[in-house]
Amino acid sequence: MTAADILDLGRSVLGDGLVFLGAFATLVGAIGLLRLPDFYTRAHAGGVTDTAGAIGILVGLAILSPDLLTALKLLIVLIVALFASPTSCHALARAAFRSGLRPALDGDRPPPSQPGE
Amino acid sequence: MESLLMIGLLAALGAIAIAVAFMSDLLVVAMLSGIFSFTCCALFVLFDAPDVAFTEACVGAGVSTVLTIAAIRLVGRHEKRGGRRASVVGLVVATICGLALVYGTLELPRFGDAAAPANTHVAPHYINESKAEIGIPNIVTSVLGSYRGYDTMGETVVVFTAALGVLLLLGGSQSRPLARGEAPARRDRDVILRTVATLFIPMTLFLAPYVQFHGAYSPGGGFQAGAILGGALILFGLVFGIDALNKLVPERILRVIAALGVLTYGGTGVVTMLMGRPFLDYDAFGEGPSGQAIGLTAIELGVFMTVTCVMTLLFQRFASRGVK
Repeated sequence: MTAADILDLGRSVLGDGLVFLGAFATLVGAIGLLRLPDFYTRAHAGGVTDTAGAIGILVGLAILSPDLLTALKLLIVLIVALFASPTSCHALARAAFRSGLRPALDGDRPPPSQPGE
Repeated sequence: MESLLMIGLLAALGAIAIAVAFMSDLLVVAMLSGIFSFTCCALFVLFDAPDVAFTEACVGAGVSTVLTIAAIRLVGRHEKRGGRRASVVGLVVATICGLALVYGTLELPRFGDAAAPANTHVAPHYINESKAEIGIPNIVTSVLGSYRGYDTMGETVVVFTAALGVLLLLGGSQSRPLARGEAPARRDRDVILRTVATLFIPMTLFLAPYVQFHGAYSPGGGFQAGAILGGALILFGLVFGIDALNKLVPERILRVIAALGVLTYGGTGVVTMLMGRPFLDYDAFGEGPSGQAIGLTAIELGVFMTVTCVMTLLFQRFASRGVK
């Protein structure tokens, strides 16, 4: 094996691993979205998908991409996602809090029914 | 693998459509239709149609969701109960129509069939000759702007007519115009949202002309650029308030520019006629690619003006209602 081959192998292992980690984070987020008890914890699960999942998948794809231009474009998408998704998550939680939805706490069981149900 | 993905996406579309039919919470319906559009967008990418996917992402998932939510704010979130009962006649009519449509699809050629009329009639000519005749690599833009310029003019007029309809139905703006030098009312705005929007809006404004002028080489063009710029203005209105947006781009200016866009498109056609050629035949500006470049730039500019202004205008009209 030449040096170039080893570099190539390392690159694909690293890239595939990151994509896999990102996909795993997305899966965890999706399960959380379905299983968690109230709006705020679910918003947190969505945030995990948006940040950890996006970082893993996009950085992995950038490493795997055939040329520099594609890699740079993917990194720009990542930067945009890293700004946009926490902001939208925050705006969502803030809007819910201001419209009177309170987080479910350990004290109250069963969790209070949400408005609109 | 790709067909598995397509089956999954189509199944998701079906599930979303059924969910929409059974929901009575209109806000949820608005969100679901946004998701529906985004799933369509993924399908378009799979079908190698990035131009359409682009438009669908901007207009279907972005702008129209915002407009629907703005409308829901006016009419209330929940469907009225007991107003309309399910009727047997409606069910029968819908079932027959559905079956007729399914029957119709049986006659359609299979997807990707090389012998289908769509792939044997004019498509080979577009694919083989458009580079020499129009001079640009993006065949979609050649077809849209030059070969099928009439249809695109029709689409631009449809967008304009939609705006006219909304303006006539919703009546005059109810918000009071700001006096000269008066600052827009600052409601309790979120500092995080404002900071990120301040970062993002200039980037979006920069992207719109790129998509506009790079439409000859990559997916994009007047419709997409217009939707992006309109989306940026709507984002500004959402974060900084409708009064600030009205102050930045007053409605009367938008109305004039929207009409000017259609005029630019139609006017290009009239100019070619005055120069002794058929309507929208860009060879009037010079034989071959040089004339086509002038014609395409002119009509794409017209589309861009109309689409941007109509998007912003619709949002302003919906959002201004009920704000005192």
